[in-house]
Amino acid sequence: MNPVNYLYLAALLFTIGAVGVLIRRNAIVVFMCVELMLNACNLAFVTFSRMHGNLDGQIIAFFTMVVAAAEVVVGLAIIVSVFRSRHSASVDDASLMKL
Amino acid sequence: MSALAAYATSTGEAFQFWVLGTVAVVGALCTILMRKAVHSALCLAGTMIVLAVFYLANGAYFLGIVQIVVYTGAIMMLFLFVVMLVGVTAADSLKETIKGQRWWAAACGLGFGVLLFAGIGNAALTEFAGLGAANAAHGGNVEGLAALIFTKYVFAFEITGALLITASVGAMLLTHRERTERARTQRELAEQRVRDGKHLPPLPAPGVYARHNAVDVPGLLPDGTPSELTVISTLRKRGQVRDVSGEALADLKALEQRSSERLGRDRDEEEANR
Amino acid sequence: MDNLIALLIAAPLLGAAVLLCGGRRLDKTGHWLGTLLAAVSFVIGLALFADMLGRSADDRAMHQHLFTWIPVEGFQADVAFQLDQLSMTFVLLISGVGTLIHVYSIGYMEHDERRRRFFGYLNLFVAAMLLLVLADNYLLLYFGWEGVGLASYLLIGFWQHKPSAATAAKKAFLVNRVGDIGLSIAIMLMFTTFGTFAFGPVLASAGETSEGKLTAIGLMLLLAACGKSAQVPLQSWLGDAMEGPTPVSALIHAATMVTAGVYLIVRSADIFNAAPDAQLVVTIVGAVTLLFGAIVGCAKDDIKKALAGSTMSQIGYMILAAGLGPIGYVFAIMHLVTHGFFKAGLFLGAGSVMHGMNDEVDMRKYGGLRKYMPVTFVTFGLGYLAIIGFPGLSGFFSKDKIIEAAFAKGGTEGWILGAVTLLGAAITAYYMTRVMLMTFFGEKRWQDDADGNPPHPHESPKSMVIPMVLLAVGSVAGGAVFELSGFVEWLEPVTGYAHGHPPISAAAVTAATVAVMVIGVGLAYLQYGRRPVPVVAPRGSLLTRAARRDLLQDDFNHAVFVTGGTHLTRSLVYVDHSLVDGVVNGTAAGVGGLSGRLRKLQNGYVRSYAVSMFGGTAVLIAATLLMRAV
Repeated sequence: MNPVNYLYLAALLFTIGAVGVLIRRNAIVVFMCVELMLNACNLAFVTFSRMHGNLDGQIIAFFTMVVAAAEVVVGLAIIVSVFRSRHSASVDDASLMKL
Repeated sequence: MSALAAYATSTGEAFQFWVLGTVAVVGALCTILMRKAVHSALCLAGTMIVLAVFYLANGAYFLGIVQIVVYTGAIMMLFLFVVMLVGVTAADSLKETIKGQRWWAAACGLGFGVLLFAGIGNAALTEFAGLGAANAAHGGNVEGLAALIFTKYVFAFEITGALLITASVGAMLLTHRERTERARTQRELAEQRVRDGKHLPPLPAPGVYARHNAVDVPGLLPDGTPSELTVISTLRKRGQVRDVSGEALADLKALEQRSSERLGRDRDEEEANR
Repeated sequence: MDNLIALLIAAPLLGAAVLLCGGRRLDKTGHWLGTLLAAVSFVIGLALFADMLGRSADDRAMHQHLFTWIPVEGFQADVAFQLDQLSMTFVLLISGVGTLIHVYSIGYMEHDERRRRFFGYLNLFVAAMLLLVLADNYLLLYFGWEGVGLASYLLIGFWQHKPSAATAAKKAFLVNRVGDIGLSIAIMLMFTTFGTFAFGPVLASAGETSEGKLTAIGLMLLLAACGKSAQVPLQSWLGDAMEGPTPVSALIHAATMVTAGVYLIVRSADIFNAAPDAQLVVTIVGAVTLLFGAIVGCAKDDIKKALAGSTMSQIGYMILAAGLGPIGYVFAIMHLVTHGFFKAGLFLGAGSVMHGMNDEVDMRKYGGLRKYMPVTFVTFGLGYLAIIGFPGLSGFFSKDKIIEAAFAKGGTEGWILGAVTLLGAAITAYYMTRVMLMTFFGEKRWQDDADGNPPHPHESPKSMVIPMVLLAVGSVAGGAVFELSGFVEWLEPVTGYAHGHPPISAAAVTAATVAVMVIGVGLAYLQYGRRPVPVVAPRGSLLTRAARRDLLQDDFNHAVFVTGGTHLTRSLVYVDHSLVDGVVNGTAAGVGGLSGRLRKLQNGYVRSYAVSMFGGTAVLIAATLLMRAV
């Protein structure tokens, strides 16, 4: 098997995650889909690291994880505070930006 | 181990890829298709564990462990925690409300995926160097990463630390609620109730029958209709009040019938005995 | 002596300032102060005149530089004066006649409670008119030009409580603005052509400039002259200007201001000499106005309006002469001066008659006044003889020369112009005789005024009579004095002079002039002397009725400019509403409609925005792949 298949898998997971962001309304699920996309990217990085024989790709994946952790913390806090004030976790309910 | 990360993949790895890869895709699809957020989270956690295995298979031992510990163990549990906090709302249906959104999403996703696949397929990705040399340079994968993080990427590492601190402080700020006024004492609350003139006595308790006195079951008024007042406001707002009027009446009827039957039978038995 | 020039202007200007700012405490003495300062100006003018006579003919021009008015790089305008023979002539005419009319006004305006203000305006006029003729550049001339326009406006509307006077003032002001635009354009053209405004450099380099530009400048100057001098087509204001007090009509609208156009053309002689087309237009305007004014003068029953028509006609003579070039300039100025005398005298006489007849102006209600106002009759009569060109009197010399010069123009043009001037002379004799006969001869046709008081014609006070006598002397002697003292040689260094040779002998021209005069007088006598004059004007022929309406000039202006302007405005408004607003509103509606549709993309749903981002990313990837493939 050619390890390039990992890349195809990463692409597939990324696309599934993106579509999930588009079709789900629950903010938490949307957030999970974002995490899925990040993980797909990480897989691609790790595969590239193996492909090129150096560890920089893994470093980037590592940083991605750290940043994702920070993002999850803040994002979930935002979701919680939005839920508190609006009693809803639906992204469609927060549509005050329209005219 | 080094052979595992080399260019030529073993049959074992290929088998592992196809089996676990299928699991990962199914998990991802379930993540976006499950109705309940809890199920989505669990499916995602499964996909992440599969990815951790793939990291290990690709020679990223440190990342594989971190994926399980940090992502699956910490982040996903945080998700579950928030799901618990927020609750599963009635609005969580999969019915689309924005016109054409699904079609657009499908079209864009399909186009995007096809393009990505085409890009990967077109790229000259036949040379796989393997991580053997890189991992061996510092005596192992973890040592190699450590050497890079604390030399080449030390600034990024420090800044990421600052980012984490900021994020945690930000999360605290966002979720913290400052009480802006003094909490009212019990006496004041009582005076307020008298002044308003409504509900001088305590609110009615939920449930009227012993087998239905759960907090989400409203009490019934004399005419048989349920009284919202008997259920706490949080449940009312979440729409988690169980509508039991019809059910309760049916149950009541069944109960009466059963008891009358039993009583009647008893009476019959008594008469027979007599 | 040169430094006295500014004093000429300063004296009446000071008078104007003091009288207009002085307030009521000057009511008792103001008119004396105004008259005195006008006389001071005249005396200074005489002193300068004496000094000028003492020099050689080529060295008579004096200059005084007061200060730099507009000191801008490449745009220099000075307040500087030039007093040469031409200006000197005007200075003496303006300050001399002006002083006499100041004196006359003392009596004429005696009962007017705003007499102080009247004298202030008169002084302002004299100052502005002197500035006009003394300026050594066109820009300063323009300043004086506007100054006399202002004074004219103020004085025509002096009795502003009469709506007719206020309207007449406005009309004069507006029509003059049309001419003034011509002058300002001429000055701008001069600046772009010559780079300066000063008379010296402009006129010196006129010969080296292209004829087209000079023609344009000349025509614009002519437009200015038409406005100020009431020439066709800007003549309509002069008749109405008679609403002003009679001294004003005499000074401003007969003797001086209305001749400013002639001054302008003669002053710009070098420009017109080099632009024959412009000259031709000048002669045409002069000829047309000559007949126009004369015909109008024949039909008017209002004595002042008849005289106004005559003024228009006589200025037509001057403009015509000025258009003839070097053969006519001198005679234009000569006729201007003699006309200044006799026309001022005639107006003062008319004022005297009105003074004695309860301010009645209709000649049909005069008649037989010669016995009651003998001095007025004699002075008016001498002015009358002068204007019709009675041999030996001033008008004879100047008008005869103009007719001769018109014939001397040569060719068909010469014959036509000569015939027109001769015809004009006949008509002049006719209408002036008519005025004379209707006013002073025949039976009394007096009527009570509005309050029922019968008129008591009487001779005017001395302050009015003396100026009339002096002007009559000027009317009688002026021509002969000029002829004998060499007026032509006096002006020649400034205007240039070429002796014209008419195709028929000068004596024949003179004989013809006298003959047509006699015919004109005879016709008038037959019509108005032999037969009684009806008190109510007869219906008259079509021409008479048209002439009574100033040959339909106001109807023409109304039909062409007022109605035309209204229609133009309406159509512009229509275009504005339909086309301009349509484009603007259409654009707005289009943008609004487009925005309304685009707005639907902004539905506020974050997922919709995510779709567009996602789609955009896909497009970017496609583009990248495509570029790599290519």
